[in-house]
Amino acid sequence: METLIEPLSFEFFQKGLFVASLSGALLGFIGVFIVLRGMSYIGHGLSHSIFGGFAAAQLFAAQFYLLGAGLWGIASALAITTVAKRSRVGADAAIGVITTASFALGVALFAKFGNSGPSFESALFGSILGISVTQIVGLIVISAIAGLFVFFRYRSLLFMTFDPEVADVSGVRVNRTDAYLMIILSLSILATLTVIGVTLVAAMLVIPAVVARMLTDSFSKMLLISTIVGTLSGLIGMYASYYAGVPSGTMIVLVGAAVFGIVLAITGGRGLRRSVGLDSHVENTGSTSLVAR
Amino acid sequence: MTGTGVGPTLIDLEHVSAGYDHSIVLSDVTLTVREDQFTGIVGPSGAGKTTLLRLLLGTLKPRSGTITTAPDLRIAYVPQLETVNWNFPITVEECVLMSRTQGRRLPWASTGEKREVARLLDRLGISQLAGRHIRSLSGGQQQRMFLARALLRDPQLLLLDEPTSGVDVSTRHDVLHLLADLHEDGVAIVLTTHDLNGMATHLPHLICVNHKIVADGSAAEVIRPEVLEETFGARMDVLEHLGMRVVVDEMPESRLIEEAR
Repeated sequence: METLIEPLSFEFFQKGLFVASLSGALLGFIGVFIVLRGMSYIGHGLSHSIFGGFAAAQLFAAQFYLLGAGLWGIASALAITTVAKRSRVGADAAIGVITTASFALGVALFAKFGNSGPSFESALFGSILGISVTQIVGLIVISAIAGLFVFFRYRSLLFMTFDPEVADVSGVRVNRTDAYLMIILSLSILATLTVIGVTLVAAMLVIPAVVARMLTDSFSKMLLISTIVGTLSGLIGMYASYYAGVPSGTMIVLVGAAVFGIVLAITGGRGLRRSVGLDSHVENTGSTSLVAR
Repeated sequence: MTGTGVGPTLIDLEHVSAGYDHSIVLSDVTLTVREDQFTGIVGPSGAGKTTLLRLLLGTLKPRSGTITTAPDLRIAYVPQLETVNWNFPITVEECVLMSRTQGRRLPWASTGEKREVARLLDRLGISQLAGRHIRSLSGGQQQRMFLARALLRDPQLLLLDEPTSGVDVSTRHDVLHLLADLHEDGVAIVLTTHDLNGMATHLPHLICVNHKIVADGSAAEVIRPEVLEETFGARMDVLEHLGMRVVVDEMPESRLIEEAR
């Protein structure tokens, strides 16, 4: 018990624990849609892309680097969606080009001009030190927006995640809902970037959702379980980070991976069968059912 | 109700050409879908059947020509079973309910909606499967589930892409009878099929497609050797069996001689 209470005497840890738990919950929640649509690679790419905006924004307006990174992330998300849909370039190739170029730009800017905001390492691997009240409020607001968006668009989101083309002819505004989801994904990555880190955010989008899929065949239960697994990973990961003295993002992801290992051991082949095909890039192009001519 | 289309127009295509990227898949298509129609679009793979279906659905814009759709037309679509992600985490009831996207915004179903889904599943003979995961259904049950999802939209026009592809003979009969019942209830039906004997010859109205409309009429008018050759690019014979037309591959002359011996 002492192990649990002792770190709570530090204000930075209290804040960190709250932010890590909420970050885990948010990424676990949104991750369900990302994983079921075979878009895990988009989460990976977007987090790297946002790093470019993060670095660039610090050069021009250090105090607004989060805003700059957010706008950069949203622009990247919409660019990926547009390029993947309107050209012969596949979604994974579009992500590969746009996001890695953005990441490379970020590294170059950091190397050349240094930085005035969070350190290079904390941006990459996450750090609970220096989390501002603004960032906490931002995370709460984005979590609330994500929750309300899914609540009021639940059926449309479910339909377009399962069957985008039929959803389109059934009155779902697929392109618009898709764009909203991309914006919320970008904002979620941005809000959790300081805690989880650019390179590890994608893992927290994927692991809780895959664990949840292994445990249930119901969409609504998957949303709930994924959110709980994300929250617990953030919570336990923060304690582990405190005691091990390593960046918070790494421990949060390692806890998530441990949960995955445990669930895999318990569910065995049944869990694996359920998770088959979760990361098919083909299924995310929005043209699964009528591509044949 | 004849099934060949004499009611009010639902969709009208005039001199429509369509395709993908730089290739034209369908040229100069003119056809009308009417309220009482029960039509099969037949043709070989790559002939433009699905492209024609996409034009009717409105998910593909024509390169040239005009498409006129009746105001507030309610269309429902049943995809090919092979294209569905059967590992997706949803139950039969959740799958049917997802098509009710208009009106109620709350995630969970209202009592009225649950009653409506139960009634549809009962009508299609799968009410006992409501809580089952979609992966655990047979081909026929999967087809019925998608029909229930489509019918929840109370459609005037039902479009189906290869509804009997990959299902056994018994399921094919079931699907055909189900569609005939729906047509009797006043739903216009247009489906694609490459199954001439199992599906096409049983339908009241056929459109043969091979990058253009080759023929358009009743099965008796369309199922003829010369039309089938132009459509499929291969010679076929048409036999009569118990008043039904049966299409067979044309026998080579050498085999005919051998069989005569």
